[in-house]
Amino acid sequence: MQDVSLELGRGEVLGLLGHNGAGKSTTLQMLAGVLRPDSGSIAIGGADLATQPERAKRQLGFLPETPPLYRDMTVDAYLIFAARLRQVTDVAGALAETRRRCGLESVSNKLIAHLSKGYQQRVGLAQAIIHAPLVVILDEPTVGLDPAQLREMRGLIRELGDAHSVILSSHMLAEVEAMCDRVAILHRGRLVHAGPTADADGLDLETRFLQATAETAP
Amino acid sequence: MIRLIAAHELRSLFALPSTWVMLGVLEFLLGWSLLSRMDAWLELQPQLAQLANAPGVTASIAAPMCSMLSLLLLILTPLFTMRSFAEERRNQTDALLLSSPVTPRQLVLGKFFGVFGLCALLIVAHLLLVGALALGTPLDRGLLFANLLGLLLLAMSYSALGLYISTLTAQPIVAAIGGLATLLGLWLAEASSGDAEAIWHNIAPSAHFQHLNAGLLDSADIAFFLLFTLAFLLLATCRVRGQQ
Repeated sequence: MQDVSLELGRGEVLGLLGHNGAGKSTTLQMLAGVLRPDSGSIAIGGADLATQPERAKRQLGFLPETPPLYRDMTVDAYLIFAARLRQVTDVAGALAETRRRCGLESVSNKLIAHLSKGYQQRVGLAQAIIHAPLVVILDEPTVGLDPAQLREMRGLIRELGDAHSVILSSHMLAEVEAMCDRVAILHRGRLVHAGPTADADGLDLETRFLQATAETAP
Repeated sequence: MIRLIAAHELRSLFALPSTWVMLGVLEFLLGWSLLSRMDAWLELQPQLAQLANAPGVTASIAAPMCSMLSLLLLILTPLFTMRSFAEERRNQTDALLLSSPVTPRQLVLGKFFGVFGLCALLIVAHLLLVGALALGTPLDRGLLFANLLGLLLLAMSYSALGLYISTLTAQPIVAAIGGLATLLGLWLAEASSGDAEAIWHNIAPSAHFQHLNAGLLDSADIAFFLLFTLAFLLLATCRVRGQQ
């Protein structure tokens, strides 16, 4: 990754677009503190991720491409563990609120291993928002979901955008167009375009995406 | 935070059927061994009674039992530690821990106390089994205490080494084999070097356990165990920090 500079305002939803291997997941992992960048800096809510990692990480929630689920735990036990890891003070309140938001009430005592892919994805999302973070980072949150689950997940993410700042990656343009206020396009590890989803020139996202990724192709 | 991660580690160990199988087999083996040792001792007792300063029950049954457990720990601890970091990485669940406000030090210490907690439970259960001898005869409490301390310190060193090896790979089975091979190597180094002063002899935790097993409480041995544990915990912390 080189020359990537992103900024996210409060209550904004930013879509990260790019071909496979463009560096979307790597960028998100660096933002979430899972990977350490060789150079450059990342700040979350004013706290630098390299020098004040605890303060910065308290304000972020991360759902990687593979949800980090302990399959031998029940949904409730897992979410309580996630909440305690993030030093939530009112665990019971946060648990009830998150269960309601993610529609997990009916499966709260089930083992995660026994849940369908859609529900597992929701549990993954729930662990990322249980501590009401400033920034929610979602890596391909809708991949592998069926159309009904897809619609629900989109609704959830849009709802998240009201209370949190959200960065999500996707290679589905329609999805980004439907959910995001701004887009950033990555190509071969570089940022090639950043701007609002609805462009002033009236060009649709697909045209801009193809233009941006073609310009720098060898 | 350390307590939270330790409790989580212990819970996930107990959620595995293999842990229960290992514990069951271990208790069976130890129980069987206790019975056969008691049998042998009862047969020998008339001859022992004629000796001046004959070894007591504690030295002839309890201490060898603890020595046997020390060998079994050498095999079991790598099986307990193999998943700690390797499986988190393989299942990509480490993203939850790494994106949470947890420092690498807290993570390593939490996992260490989780695994060590299981070993400690096992050792205490073993001491209760051996302590059952007290129903029939008085026991040498000093020797029992030295053995308890020795086993706990040994489990600490083995857990720390196993954890470090678990940070090196994303395959639990590789971590188990690596841990076992290293511990066996250390044990062989001790067993094969005749000279008790040789460095190869003294680098093995099992050599230092033998002193405690015989009831000899030496601060040098205790310092060795603590330094050994600390060194591998530090290595594991560096490794976790470097992986980010």
